[in-house]
Amino acid sequence: MLWACILLPQLALDTVQRGRDDADSPLVLLGGPTQRRVLQAVNAAAADLGLRAGQTLAAARALADGFTCVEADPARIDEVQQLLAAWAYRFSAQVSLHYPRALLLEVGSSLQLFGPWSSFEARLRTELQGLGLRHRIVLASNPVAARMLANGHDGLALTCAEQTRAALANMPLDRVGLPADAAQAFSRMGLRRLGEVMALPRAALAKRFAAPVQLHLDQLFGQRALGLDFYQPPDRFESRLELNFDVESHQALLFPLRRLINDLAAFLAGRDCGVQRFDLHLEHAEGPDTVLKVGLLAAEREAAMLFELARGRLEPLRIPAPVRNLRLLADDLPPFVPQHRALFDPRAQQAQPWEQLRERLRARLGDEAVKGLRAEADHRPEHAWQASEQGAAGSLAVAPGSRPGWLLAQALALPEGGLQWLGQAERIESGWWDGGDVRRDYYRIETREGLRGWAYRDLAQPGPLWLQGWFA
Amino acid sequence: MGAVVDLEGLLDQRRIWRGRQVQARPLGLQPTGHAVLDERLPEGGWPSAALSELLLASPGCGELQLLWPTLARLSGEGGRVVLVAPPFIPYAPAWQAAGVDLRWLAQVAAEPDDALWAAEQCLRSGSCAAVLCWPERADDRALRRLQVAAETGDALAFACRSQQAAHNPSPAALRIAIDTRPAQWRVLKCRGGLVPATPIAAPGRG
Repeated sequence: MLWACILLPQLALDTVQRGRDDADSPLVLLGGPTQRRVLQAVNAAAADLGLRAGQTLAAARALADGFTCVEADPARIDEVQQLLAAWAYRFSAQVSLHYPRALLLEVGSSLQLFGPWSSFEARLRTELQGLGLRHRIVLASNPVAARMLANGHDGLALTCAEQTRAALANMPLDRVGLPADAAQAFSRMGLRRLGEVMALPRAALAKRFAAPVQLHLDQLFGQRALGLDFYQPPDRFESRLELNFDVESHQALLFPLRRLINDLAAFLAGRDCGVQRFDLHLEHAEGPDTVLKVGLLAAEREAAMLFELARGRLEPLRIPAPVRNLRLLADDLPPFVPQHRALFDPRAQQAQPWEQLRERLRARLGDEAVKGLRAEADHRPEHAWQASEQGAAGSLAVAPGSRPGWLLAQALALPEGGLQWLGQAERIESGWWDGGDVRRDYYRIETREGLRGWAYRDLAQPGPLWLQGWFA
Repeated sequence: MGAVVDLEGLLDQRRIWRGRQVQARPLGLQPTGHAVLDERLPEGGWPSAALSELLLASPGCGELQLLWPTLARLSGEGGRVVLVAPPFIPYAPAWQAAGVDLRWLAQVAAEPDDALWAAEQCLRSGSCAAVLCWPERADDRALRRLQVAAETGDALAFACRSQQAAHNPSPAALRIAIDTRPAQWRVLKCRGGLVPATPIAAPGRG
């Protein structure tokens, strides 16, 4: 088993920063009680102003001006960790959030699929960068060692227990996660490196230190296993983005929307499913949320397509009040079946498959805009067809030319002057079982202009001639 | 020898135009299904990947008689046929009896303003074999867009319009007027060939 640890040293700051499109403006993260606000983290631009993590807000204000303060939000960080776990679940079945701000992945069994570690690691790094998170990655032969080595290394790849042991022996004692008092005791004993501790007799060590110290050392060297809780992906996706300022235009919503949709796509790819419908909640300062429902006919998971569809629905929407927060909810996550493509596709130049085109049309024209046509086995013209999602032929065959190609939505009363009657009447009498009882004599007629129509006389209610269709 | 092949090629591509129409011609890429009409049209059928305009004396005057064989052939080959905002309801049993495979027929409901957009999207996508639309007030620009979209997506575009539009110039590759009294088709314009001088009697109308 090979374990990769992805350490996210700046998770809190990155979490805030990834939701904003001004990466170069100074930003600090605040924590601590109200009386004594402390800078928890600062970004590079803020560091250039002389700000440091650990300063009080008052000191920071005295030093510099014009930086943005954002409240640290543990719940939001937790959310991002869950998202990361969902993302990592795509690469490994064993993903653990055992340590805060770190992901543990069992990758030994994933190398077959994702290639040698060097390219696998490069891929992880590219995707993490895409998610806007700074990171350190270390590969080691057990999870605890991977986590602790990430404290001092980045890009280290140790594929066997021997190498791991050698690298651990070089680690400074205060960086390997020992209890604080134990680490202090070791340093007072004159020990600096982990290797020096391991050289001590085991029995004496066990006598002088509490049991957790020995346990931790054993776990570090892989002599005892650490029980890990593995991540189980949830059945729904929910993500919320605080905009921190009031947004009134569609244009300004597109950037955060794209971020949300990218998160959704990462989640879907990790779970190997698609999304069929999702809701976008636009939260206002007051009043109920504006809910934008995006529905698709088939499950999809490609970020670019989902974004385009959501955008298509968002743009015609009238936003009643400034938007504070954006929330994306997806409950319906059916399995995703990639579209089947033949190698020798007869229409290979096809730029946009029909499914995508249909979604595009529905996004602009409405959910009910694109319909197929189904023929029904019924003689009554009103019931002989049905608009449905997928068109289908009916079982009742009619002679070609005996029925009109166009049907009027509403039968039209037709003055009889100047009409020419073609052929005999045809009686249609049906529907006594469903209340739509029909007793009509149908005629083919030709109007003065030479149009051929299909008209009937209602036998139940004698009246004018009703035009119902055109033989076009 | 090469020169002979070149000449044939030039004639086939209609870069050289011969005053007298050649009688025996190979079947076109998109036959209309009406032998009499195919014979008169320069490509032996509908101009492929182009806009054809049908100018109707009045809606429902015989456009389906003209189009059904083509739609039946296309849908039978697994090509999608899209009706964008048709003025009437397509009566399914009749379309089925005409040979159209209903599984490949789709209709798009759209307001007049959106209909042109929808037709253009369908044509451009390349996933439709034929797109029928009924633009009411389409100007030269709108039709040109349809024509370009049909070229891009390699699809047949059919625009059914009123005969009043016959006097206006049009970028369509083929324009056919459908008359009812007498029932006949008149080719008003066909790209790459002589316009047939005499009208063609519409079949099935006695």
